[in-house]
Amino acid sequence: MDFAGAYSWPNLSFILQGFGMTLLVAALSILFSFVLGTLLGILRYTRVPLLNPLLAVIIDLIRNLPLLLIIYFIYIVLPQLGLKLPPFGAAIAALTLFEGAMISEIVRGGLTSVDRGQIEAARSSGLGYVQTMRHIILPQALRRMAPPLVSQFISLLKDTSLAIIISLPEIMHNVQILQGHSPNYVIPALIVAALLYFAVNYTLSIIARRLEARKI
Amino acid sequence: MSKTFDIQILFDHWDRFLEGFLHTIEASAIALIGSFTLGTIIAVMRISPLKPLNWLGTAYVEFIRNIPLLLVVFFFFLGLPSLGVPLDGFTSGTLGLMVYTASFIAESIRAGIQTVPTGQTEAARATGLTYLQTMTSIVLPQAVKIVLPSISNQFINLVKNSSILAVVAGLDLMYYADLINADTFLPLTVYTLVALFYLVLTLPLSMAVHAMERRFSSANRS
Repeated sequence: MDFAGAYSWPNLSFILQGFGMTLLVAALSILFSFVLGTLLGILRYTRVPLLNPLLAVIIDLIRNLPLLLIIYFIYIVLPQLGLKLPPFGAAIAALTLFEGAMISEIVRGGLTSVDRGQIEAARSSGLGYVQTMRHIILPQALRRMAPPLVSQFISLLKDTSLAIIISLPEIMHNVQILQGHSPNYVIPALIVAALLYFAVNYTLSIIARRLEARKI
Repeated sequence: MSKTFDIQILFDHWDRFLEGFLHTIEASAIALIGSFTLGTIIAVMRISPLKPLNWLGTAYVEFIRNIPLLLVVFFFFLGLPSLGVPLDGFTSGTLGLMVYTASFIAESIRAGIQTVPTGQTEAARATGLTYLQTMTSIVLPQAVKIVLPSISNQFINLVKNSSILAVVAGLDLMYYADLINADTFLPLTVYTLVALFYLVLTLPLSMAVHAMERRFSSANRS
């Protein structure tokens, strides 16, 4: 059986192309979900009346649903309501929404872990609210948030593979296409895919561990 | 635009919703039992004094945790048939869930084991218990109690992740939703109902986790 055929250059480059798409979607989603998650986390922390319980419910709902369902909502349900996104945009939107909800809880947890007494002390020493946040609370919270944030980014990179259901040409999609050409290609192709994911995620997890070790 | 939301779909297609819902529960339950068993074995391997076992356990956890669930499922669904072992979507999806989740559960349990003071292991060994006996009757029962919240969290993830079965035609809720949607062309209704089905499973679990975490942290403080 021809297992090595999967490693011919056209096939190998097809897998690598897929991984390029995986990395691109992951990078953009990490960026957007970090911004969204930070904003939501700060909003939840400041406990704006009325808005806070509403946000809490929405975030909890999203966190308790499968990401696959959210991808379907954006790709299949939204067009029925008049908003049509291509697979690339739909994948990024779904990942941003889902991981953003996860990250908001990490941010909120990080902020609440800083003793409220410090806010009072900073405020009574004459700092404004924004100054207090910027110089006192955020630096401490960020240090505590960093390890779980990196773990969440690892999850995000793995989760991009779910976009296969909307035919985004990411790596798992391309592996499946190769399998269509020859079933013998699938195990060698899966091994390459696994090694690529592993290389990136293991590096990230080592960074997470370093950050954790530095934690006070 | 015609109707966007029509609850009648639930009643017209209740048999397929139910079929999918039950398969989702079945896959989650089987994978939970399997991954808990496998995860416990790997956790014990990771802290065992035998170097090869130790290395094997670490390799398993580090490798599986860093690759996507879909890749593990594809190994069973596409990979094994190419070696002459055909598996259907439900079986390969459930096996994939089990193998994948076991790596996370192993890490939780290992963390739990390490919170049990080593003095207890030494005392147990000194009274004549073997390593295995010490683990099963002294250390693991305490560790499991400590890690209950994080294991339950893994179970919530497991229920959500079971939707991966839809990718391999695994007869779960998402798979049937796809079929019902193809018949009705009312995705808003179909997927809203599916969301409710998932929430029926995940929300009570996450409330239980919150309650456990609160009890655990207040018990620690007092």
